[in-house]
Order: sequence, then C-alpha cells, then structure tokens
Amino acid sequence: MLLAVLCGFVAALFAPLCFRRFPLWAGRLAPLLPLGLFLYFLSHIGAVSRGEAVVVSTPWIPSLGIDFALYLDGLGMLFALLVTGIGFLIFLYTPAYLEGDRRQGTLFAWLLAFMAAMLGTTLAGNLVTLFLFWELTGLCSYLLIGFDHEAEGSRSAALQALLVTGGGGLALLAGFLLLGNVVGSMELPVLLASGDLVRNHPLYLPILLLLLGGAFTKSAQFPFHFWLPNAMAAPTPISAYLHSATMVKLGIYLLARFSPLLAGTELWLALVAGVGGLTMLVGGILAILEHDLKRILAWSTVSALGILTLLLGVGTPAAITAAILLLLTHALYKSSLFLVAGAIDHGAGSRDTRQLGGLARKMPWLAVAAIVAALAMAGLPPLFGFITKESIYTALLLSPWEPLLLTGLMLAANGLMVTVAVMTGLRPFFGKGVPALAPPHALSPTLWLAPLFPAALGLLLGLVPNTVAPLLLYPAIAVVQAAPASSVLSLWHGINAELLLSVATLLLGTLIVLSRRRLLTLLPASWQEGGFTQDGGYILLLRALLRGSRLQTMVVQNGRLRYYLMATIGVAMGSMGLTFMESGGLPGSLVWPSGYLHEWLAAAIIVAGALTVTVTDSRLGAVVSLGTVGYGVSLVYILYGAPDLAMTQFCIETLAIVLFVLVLYRLPLFTLLSTPLVRLRDACMAAAIGGLMTLLMFYVLAQPLVPHVSDFFLANSQPLAHGRNVVNVILVDFRALDTLGEIVVLAVAALGVFGLMQSRRPDGEGK
Amino acid sequence: MSSIILSTTIRLLLPLLLLFSVFLLLRGHNEPGGGFVGGLVAAAAISLYALAEGVAAAHRILIVNPRQMIASGLLVALSSGVIPLMTGRPFQSGLWLPYSLPVLGHVGTPLLFDLGVYLLVAGMALLIVLSLMEEE
Repeated sequence: MLLAVLCGFVAALFAPLCFRRFPLWAGRLAPLLPLGLFLYFLSHIGAVSRGEAVVVSTPWIPSLGIDFALYLDGLGMLFALLVTGIGFLIFLYTPAYLEGDRRQGTLFAWLLAFMAAMLGTTLAGNLVTLFLFWELTGLCSYLLIGFDHEAEGSRSAALQALLVTGGGGLALLAGFLLLGNVVGSMELPVLLASGDLVRNHPLYLPILLLLLGGAFTKSAQFPFHFWLPNAMAAPTPISAYLHSATMVKLGIYLLARFSPLLAGTELWLALVAGVGGLTMLVGGILAILEHDLKRILAWSTVSALGILTLLLGVGTPAAITAAILLLLTHALYKSSLFLVAGAIDHGAGSRDTRQLGGLARKMPWLAVAAIVAALAMAGLPPLFGFITKESIYTALLLSPWEPLLLTGLMLAANGLMVTVAVMTGLRPFFGKGVPALAPPHALSPTLWLAPLFPAALGLLLGLVPNTVAPLLLYPAIAVVQAAPASSVLSLWHGINAELLLSVATLLLGTLIVLSRRRLLTLLPASWQEGGFTQDGGYILLLRALLRGSRLQTMVVQNGRLRYYLMATIGVAMGSMGLTFMESGGLPGSLVWPSGYLHEWLAAAIIVAGALTVTVTDSRLGAVVSLGTVGYGVSLVYILYGAPDLAMTQFCIETLAIVLFVLVLYRLPLFTLLSTPLVRLRDACMAAAIGGLMTLLMFYVLAQPLVPHVSDFFLANSQPLAHGRNVVNVILVDFRALDTLGEIVVLAVAALGVFGLMQSRRPDGEGK
Repeated sequence: MSSIILSTTIRLLLPLLLLFSVFLLLRGHNEPGGGFVGGLVAAAAISLYALAEGVAAAHRILIVNPRQMIASGLLVALSSGVIPLMTGRPFQSGLWLPYSLPVLGHVGTPLLFDLGVYLLVAGMALLIVLSLMEEE
C-alpha cells in the first residue's frame, strides 16, 4: 500500500521526459497508472467492507516517534476509489484536450503528484502524515491553477487559492498539535477512540475552530468560498479533478473523519450546519447568475459542498448516510459535467451559455453524457442522484434542530441545482446557438467517453443501488457515525413527504429556469454579465498586508548601510555589556599578553592598516589598507598554527580586492559627506566596540579553558572520520550539516548579486 | 586591460593554479586545504584569466556557466548526505571505501561533500566577479 500511495510521486518525476520523447504513447499509457491503483484498492474492498482496516506503518522520523502510517478503512476506501477512478478518466481525457500542447508532460507531472498526495491525505494513518499530504495537495493545486502561468489572471487565482488554503492549513496544523497533545497520540485509531475525552476537554473549542478553519478553506465554505470560482483559470480537466471531484472534498473528508471525535455538540451543529447552509444558498444563487459554463459549475460545486457540510453538521445517522451518498453522486455527475464543458469549449470554441445551442446533432454522445449527468444533478429517477436527494430530505425532516427551516432551505438549494443542471447539461445541446460562432468540429472519442463513464455509472447505481452500497457506502457511513450502517437504498419508497418534496424541487427548478431571463433583467446592470468574484475582502486584506510590509521594510531595511552596521554593533555591545554585568564584571587580575617581536609586528600591521582606512582620502588607498588588515590577520593565523584559516583568508582577501577594484570603477568621485560631528560619533562607536572586544578577549583568557568539545574532535578525527586535518573533518563530517546550510546561503547570496547585476542592465535581459 | 606580461604569465599559471586547487581539495582531509580554499583558488585563477583576456574568454574556458557550477555543487553536496540514507544510516554519515585509490587516496562521502563545496564556492566567486566585470 505504501508503494501504491507513493508511486504517483515517482511517476511524476519521469512524466516530463516521457511526454517529451514519446508524446503519443505516454498519453496512452498514463491512464493505466490510476486504473491499476483503482483495481489495487478494489482488491481490498472485501476486508474493508467487513469493517476491518488495513494498516501499514513504517518508521519515518524515529527520533521524534513519528511513523509514516497509512490506514485504509471504509471512508478512506471511498475516497481512494474516487481519486483513482476519476483520475483515470481525467488522464484519459487530458491528452486529447491538450492535443499538441508541449507542456503536457509538466501537467501530467503535477497531476500524478496530486493524485499521490490525495491518496496520502485520505489514507493517512496519523495526523503528521495527513497534514503533510494535505499541504502537498494545496501545492499541486497552486501549480495546476497557475498552469497557464503567462496569464496574469491564472497567477493571481493560483496565489489566492494557495494563500486561502495555506492559511487554513496553518490553522489545521495548530489544531492537530492541540489534538495530539490532548489525546496524547497522533495515531488515527487512538484518536477515533477518544471522542468523549476531546469533547469534554477545555481545549475543545480551539481544536474545533482550528480544524474547521482548515476544512472550510479547503472546501470553499462561506466566507472562504471566493477562491473556487477563480480557480477555474486552470485547464478544464484540472477543474473537473481538483476543484469539483476530489481536492475540494478534502474539507468534507476532514469533517467526516473527525466526526466521531468532534461532532455531537451544540457548537458543532451551529457552526458546521450554519456555515454549510449559508454556503449552499450563496453558491446556488450565484451559480444561476453566471453565464460561463465553468463558473456556473464552480458556484454549484460550492453549493454542493455547502450541502455536504450542512449534512455532516446535522450529524444524525440519516444525515451522514445522505452526505456519503451525495459525496459519491456529486463526484460522478459534476466531473462528468465539467468534462462536458471542456469538450464543448474544445469543439465549439465557447463556454458562454448565451452563445451555445444545438450542439446535440454535432456531438451526440457528449449530449447523452451531459443529459444523464444533468438528470442526476437535478435528482430525477431512476438515477442515483434521485436516491441521494430523497435521503437528504429524509435526513433533514428527521433533523433534531429546526427540521422545517432546513428542509425549506434545502428545497431552495435543490431547486437552484435543477436550474444549474438545465443550464449546463441541456441548454447547450438544444435550441439555437449564435450563428457567429465557428461551426463545431468533431471530437476525438476520449473527449466524450470520459464524461460518459461517470454519467452512466450514476444511472447504473440508481438501478441497482444495493449491490454497491454494502461494499462501498455502508463501510464509509459506519466509519463516520462510528456505528454500523443499517439503511437500505431503493428508488421507490411509496408516496411520502420526500417524494412530494422532490416534485416540489423540480417544479421550483422549472419555474426558475423559465423565469430566469426575466429575473435577470430586474437586477442592476453590473450584475447582468456574471463573473462574480466575492473576493473584495481578500483583496483588501492582501493590500493592507503589502502596505504594512512596505512600511516595515522602509523602517527596518532603510537601505543605509551605516545604520545597519550601527544597529548590529549596538545590539552586540548591549548583549555583551549585559553579560559582563550579569557575571560580576571583570576579574581582578588581567594577564597582559606576552609576545614575540614578530607577533607584535603583525599586530602593528593590522592597526596601521585599520587607521589608514579611516584617514585616507583615496578609495584605492582605502581598499589596499583594508587588504593589509586582512593579510595581517592571516599572518596571525599562521603564527598561531592555523594554516587552513590563513590560506582561506589569503584567498578571500585577494578576491575581495579584485571585487573592490571592479566596483570602484563605477563609483562617483570620493567626497566627504559626513559632518565632523557624525564622524566623531562613528569614531566613538568604533572605539567602543573595539574596546569591548579587547576586554572580552582579556576576560576569556583569564578563564580556565574547558576544552571538552575540541578534545572530542581531536581524539576522534582520525579513528571516526579518517582524516588528520581536524579543521576540515569538522567542516565536512562532524559539522557537515552546518556547512551545508552555509553553502546554501552562499549560493543564494550569489544568485542575489547576479539578480541585482542583471536588473541594472540597460536591455533588461539576463543571459 | 590588455597586457602582454599578464596574459603570458596567466597562460602559464592557469593550469598550475587549477591543478593546485584540485590538489588542495584532495589533500584537505589530512593536510591544510579543503574544498573551500580550493574553490577560492580556482576562482582566483579564472578571475586572473578574465582580467587578462576578457570575460568572454573566461566563459569560453569555463565551458559551464557559474550558475550551473553553483547548482551542481549544491546537488553534489546534498547527494553526499543522501547516499548514507540508502544504506539505512542517518543523513550525512560518513561512508568510506574500504581500500585506497591511486592518486585520490582514501575516498568517501566527505570527499564528495568537499567536492560540492569546491564547485559551489568557485561558482559563487566567479558568478560575482564575472558579472561585475561584464558590466564595463
């Protein structure tokens, strides 16, 4: 199972190369990976449907007691099959959709990595693994939304999604850490068994709020719903996969996964059901005000996610059953409708519902897929969507809290869903399109096959619900409600309240469809065109953040090197002075250093060089004197037996002089700008830090030496690290991690210099 | 800045200096030397060449771009840390070949790490020096 989760990352590494070398075959073979994974997970379904969990665990960071754990139970199975199954369709569809695009390899690399990350998140066996993969999905989503990175809109949409879900991810991390502390374990099985402990703990409120923060941002719940429609900047297969069928359901997954732990309190009911209900209405209303197929679908996804959240918030067994059913139905019909929208865009060259029409004749199979999916969305028998809608009404009618209000709101949301289904699944294929549009061209088979699959599956499930439900759905329901599932699904329950509500839904939907044009004309003119973003608050916040950081930079990083230096020296002096005072001042007797004449000479060279720098009125003179100081210091190194240091210092000094000379060419003539007073202040500062350092040296020399670290290095350099040069052994072996960090800093600094130099070029082009 | 003396001298000195930098790198583990100072010597040698013959000529004899030297240096240093992971040891444990090689002597992952440092330091110094020179 470990391999099954991680193989996507490995495949992602090789995808770009394969697609560049063999574009045709790579595209044909790519769907086999998700298909194989799908079959692999399917092979475990027997054990999982009996309520067993497949657990795999391998040490990851043993020093912290963290394992890499995977945990496949009913809920994980449902998600794993959705991720790989819909992944298969997307992988089948994408090569035809992006035909001839050179960036297919990159796209597939991110898609593969995303699939692996999704599997990791939904199958994670502890909080650390879950969080890691959770963030990876967000990262992949960022890269995929920004796939068309030359477009400004794509970039800002990608950044928005990353900031919103990343912020939620931080909340989630904090929540996980609190949760791990309260329970005393990060492992999922332990956590799931300690619901009462968590619910009665004083930290329940922060844990709940933080986890909900993560879930609501990921699943685009109000007020974070704005990022999802903007994410439609991604290519359509991406939208179908990430932003309707799988990734945005992660928040729902989180709610469902931690339901046994957190649900059942009044706070949970109010927060989760309240936010879900609001999101469902906002999404539904905005959906029917749009004209772009993808944006309509995006807002209706927001609405569906709201319904899911609402149901999990209500949390009764009937509501959980309805939520799991809707999870499956929605993934099937919505991915189908998205793929249809992509195929229409590809074939007819437009996604505007006002322009499209009469496509059924040109794209018959696509029309079939769209109609079946739309009927599932509208919830008509004999589709699985009908069973789902019935069970939603059952759940809300039995809700312990405001059943009538919730049912009424749901009626409105479902009516809007019917409208969306008609707008996206039926409207483009019937009636008349705008004649100005280019005549649609024929589609390659995979473009209609991929949407037809899930749509047909929705029909099949509706006809024989009880063959699949015990295997796939009941185990998932059992995990979420932490008790065995018991309901039996069927298309016909007799004439009851649910059926009447279904009829009312359809009537309401038809009414909205018929009167939509007239309703739209009543709205303000600026609302007519659609394109609702709802991200005013986000933009305001981002702008304030940027302004704040600019202000901070202007104060702290003001660009005046003199003040940087003074700040550094001041802090050093302050901390040293404090330490002196703490330790009771200087020891009484200071040892005056004795030295040979040549040592004093080296010191004199350094002092003379330093003094010359400050008084010379030529730049070249200053550079040379500075070099003298450096060479003097390396002389001291040689005298005191540190040839490595001396050698390095010599080289550095040499290169530094070369650099200085190169820079000197560009500087204006030497002029004295500072007033005598400023120079006096600088001199005082220099004298103070110099004096303090001298005192420090005396102080250190007066202390008894505690050489246990250097003793260790000296003793073990040869036997452990096979080297006689202790300095080098420390650098490349004992303290190699430090060195690694330092060379990374060097590399970044060099790139910074390079960037600065390049930006000053008149032609503005790097090499 | 063309001077016959400088360009004749550097033509003789360049191979010697580069050889010396590799010598410093290899002896580093037992005698004074190491990747850092070796890289600096190499960079100084190439910089001298650039002073005498021009930046374009220096780029020609370098073959690879200094930026690529930095990147490959980081990669080599990192891989020397990752190799022990594959044998099940912690990151960056020193692994040594059981026998000595001619010329190179005792070889192990710390030498690889030092090679990474050498490449990175040389690349860094050259990147800065050459792009400053190019400005003229």
